[in-house]
Amino acid sequence: MITLEHIYWLTGAMMAGVAIVNARDASNARRANNTAFWGIYAVTFLAGSYLPDLVNGLLVIAMVIAASVRGLGQGKAEGASRAEREASASRWGNKLFIPALTIPVVTVLGTVVFKKFSINGSPVVDVKQVTVISLAIATLIALTVGMLMLRPPLMAPIREARRLLDAVGWAAVLPQMLAALGALFALAGVGNVVSGIAQRWIPLDHPFAVVMTYAIGMAVFTMIMGNAFAAFPVMTAGIGLPLIVQKFGGDPTIMAAIGMLSGFCGTLMTPMAANFNIVPTALLELPDENAVIKVQIPTALILLGANILLMNFLVFRH
Amino acid sequence: MFSLIGIVIVVVGFVLRINPLLVVTVAGLATGIAGGLGPLEVVAAFGKAFITSRYVAIVWLVLPVIGLLEHAGLKERARAVVSRLRSATTSRVLLAYFAIRQITAALGLTSLGGHAQMVRPLIAPMAEGAAENRYGELPPAVRNRIRANAAAVDNIALFFGEDIFIAIGSILLIRGFLDQNGIHVEPANLAIWAIPTAVCALIIHCTRLLLLEGKLRRDLARKSTDA
Repeated sequence: MITLEHIYWLTGAMMAGVAIVNARDASNARRANNTAFWGIYAVTFLAGSYLPDLVNGLLVIAMVIAASVRGLGQGKAEGASRAEREASASRWGNKLFIPALTIPVVTVLGTVVFKKFSINGSPVVDVKQVTVISLAIATLIALTVGMLMLRPPLMAPIREARRLLDAVGWAAVLPQMLAALGALFALAGVGNVVSGIAQRWIPLDHPFAVVMTYAIGMAVFTMIMGNAFAAFPVMTAGIGLPLIVQKFGGDPTIMAAIGMLSGFCGTLMTPMAANFNIVPTALLELPDENAVIKVQIPTALILLGANILLMNFLVFRH
Repeated sequence: MFSLIGIVIVVVGFVLRINPLLVVTVAGLATGIAGGLGPLEVVAAFGKAFITSRYVAIVWLVLPVIGLLEHAGLKERARAVVSRLRSATTSRVLLAYFAIRQITAALGLTSLGGHAQMVRPLIAPMAEGAAENRYGELPPAVRNRIRANAAAVDNIALFFGEDIFIAIGSILLIRGFLDQNGIHVEPANLAIWAIPTAVCALIIHCTRLLLLEGKLRRDLARKSTDA
């Protein structure tokens, strides 16, 4: 059976390749930092499941030091010039889209097919992780198609991965780091403290005030935690269930559905949701790391207002 | 109260623009200590949490093939395809992607998009190509604004589409949490009550995308009279 662990080995191998290309690149003044950063990251993928927690923690701290003392650098671009790329684009035409679209198509097919596919009664992939595993398999198939079609040098894919990953830099690891922070917040009971403060300070004797507190609380708490999933249990146990449902007789289904979506409005406005808001600014080479958040804020605020009104009208309607 | 120190560190660190990895690590360690863990226990807890969150990074596996295709001119091709469509505008490209992304997410096909695999190699170049086609060479500020909008479309359409699908993570989380509290809800009902917000998101953001085209036109017209 293919499990997440196998995909981690693959990711670790890629990160190790990125570290090696960096180590051999004299054009990057900070290549020692880059090599250490991606090299240690590779170790967390290849061996992380077998190492003691403390060693893993020290590895993470070593990565952070490599990224923040003098910081990561970037090698001189060895990519094709614009003219070369345009010539290649007109040579290959729309065939170039085939490997690119292979990724989403195979991922979607994989999520559907792998769930049902088993040999001698045992599933081929770990069903709980089917989306992530399908994505990994899809990238392998797309890479094979691309290699057969374009016939580049054998090392080209790893050099290209290095170019893109160094362009993204530390932001590539931030989402994972924030997920770890969320786990520590949960361990220390941060959520209960915040909902305690909300209950103590906000007037909650009118249904509309409660709905507003719950929806805005979901958004703000999501902005702090970077994730609506972390905010939902805390806000719903602290305000939603005792006040909206039990005190004012609201419908729990409607409250929960719109409450979660109010949290998503918060996700659009916070750098803590790094994989949605910070990583794309790095991927798209935008100078302002808050550029995506700035575009999203008006939509998020109007939609949060809409959610408050929707919840107020729908949740008490029976 | 003291356990909120992590939140304070994150806010101060982000405002002072200190390296976010460093800020988050310090915030995590401080939170753990405030929560009563010893120094070594905190490092171990942080390491464990980091290792169990590795699945977040699997998306980077797309980089070798995306880089390979970019080297072969994928972005240039995406621009060229759009520039041949006379009626293509930045707004229309982004509106079309919004609709496709939201509908497919509502059908559970959340992996049809994404910043590394769709926005960078295809959607952003198409949106830029449409603008170049109309207004000629783009100043960097306008180019960056178009790119940021392409990323925002992917996020907004995904967030307010996926909850209409009954087997998505957030629906399962809601159901599990309410079950623990003795309230039984049907996933299908949760999905239905996600529809009003999804419609609002579609109306609000598509209106803003239509306004974006006018803004681009004004900015670029001013640019050309300045020159």
